[in-house]
Amino acid sequence: MIKTDILIIGAGPTGLFTVFEAGLLKLKTHLIDALPQAGGQCSEIYPKKPIYDIPGFPEILAGDLTKNLLEQGKQFQPGFTFGERAETLEKLEDGTFIVTTNKGTKHHAPVVAIAGGLGSFEPRKPPIENISKFEDNGVAYIIKDPEVYRNKKVMISGGGDSALDWSVFLADVAESVTLIHRRNEFRGALDSVEKVRELKALGKINIITPAEVVNLNGDENLKSITVKKGEEIFEIETDAFIPLFGLSPKLGPIGNWGLEIEKNAIKVDNALDYQTNIPGVFAIGDVNTYPGKLKLILCGFHEATLMCQAAFKIINPNKRFVLKYTTVSGINGFDGTRKEAEKAVVQTIN
Amino acid sequence: MADIKIKVKDREGVVHELEAPTDMNMNLMEICKAYELPVAGICGGMAMCASCQCYIVSDHNLPEVSHDEEAMLSEAFYVKDSSRLGCQLPITEDLEGLEIELAPE
Repeated sequence: MIKTDILIIGAGPTGLFTVFEAGLLKLKTHLIDALPQAGGQCSEIYPKKPIYDIPGFPEILAGDLTKNLLEQGKQFQPGFTFGERAETLEKLEDGTFIVTTNKGTKHHAPVVAIAGGLGSFEPRKPPIENISKFEDNGVAYIIKDPEVYRNKKVMISGGGDSALDWSVFLADVAESVTLIHRRNEFRGALDSVEKVRELKALGKINIITPAEVVNLNGDENLKSITVKKGEEIFEIETDAFIPLFGLSPKLGPIGNWGLEIEKNAIKVDNALDYQTNIPGVFAIGDVNTYPGKLKLILCGFHEATLMCQAAFKIINPNKRFVLKYTTVSGINGFDGTRKEAEKAVVQTIN
Repeated sequence: MADIKIKVKDREGVVHELEAPTDMNMNLMEICKAYELPVAGICGGMAMCASCQCYIVSDHNLPEVSHDEEAMLSEAFYVKDSSRLGCQLPITEDLEGLEIELAPE
């Protein structure tokens, strides 16, 4: 069981800044994120794009903002559970919470801060009628263990980096790899496209374009797929079908935690501390809603800061505390480091 | 600059008539959101999610499809010849009387 003071769900900018603000109050943090890395949308959707409205940064790349936030919170030694989705929330008799992920990892904390953005990133599933029937029986949206495909016939669809990269990788593992894409052009990185072209010339990857998979066939396990290429419709035998169309955020299991939801976001008390209808559970950043809400990173930072003050009072109900300025007090890391402003030198000139 | 009128058919088939300002640097995705129509606009307008995909019903001269938009549409679902990403269509006077239909989610 992982224990912490504030359990943060979502390691995007708002969640990462919470680490820093909590650390100033000597509160430990642990973050859960469905993605394999920190940064949320900033790393997953637009790491190379500039942001112009982070106060104090006339321009900063989303990826660099993530890097800076990790650096800023580093001395508070946050814990991370990456690649797992927060699945259930259980309130114990003493008012603390246990959050369990889809992989069964349990986290225990007196305060939960949901900084889940637009939700957890999940694979986009193509609208093929019977696709769910074959999930885990030949159809996979994520490749967890490439060895599963050793000496198998594999069909991949999609036109971006992950479709190209996995086609290249599996060309050496699978019996055959066929890549299907709706257009003739692929939009992956130049060297990935080049590599696929080479492997095609060597006969190691088959490419069918412009075409679409329109149906899946088989009893229990996938046996073949039906492909539509222009007016032509044909069937191809296969052991596996891997549609790789990127990820899209879904509110997901958080929606079933008994939280008040409005417009796909969690209602919070913005007059006070961004607490939800469940005392001890807060929602900050893009995932929450209140009158006048703006989904901006800078608003998430503000919300995280106020939330941490409320969390402190829940965790230390009898401790008096006032806001301290980092310039005055410096920062005492949990790792023993200390940052502080240089003291003025007072000297007499004779 | 004058406002323009745009007709948006939502996923239930209801047609909404929107008045869109041409001087606010807005795009079609944003104007739909401003009227609280069910357009997610997840990526915020970077042509990276296709949640604002719509079908152009009227006969308008629209700005050309950029490389980014083309790439995203090639990976989106329910794409038709008339598909465009709303976030890539700036609201200008040329769009007066535009009629669109929201693509399925």
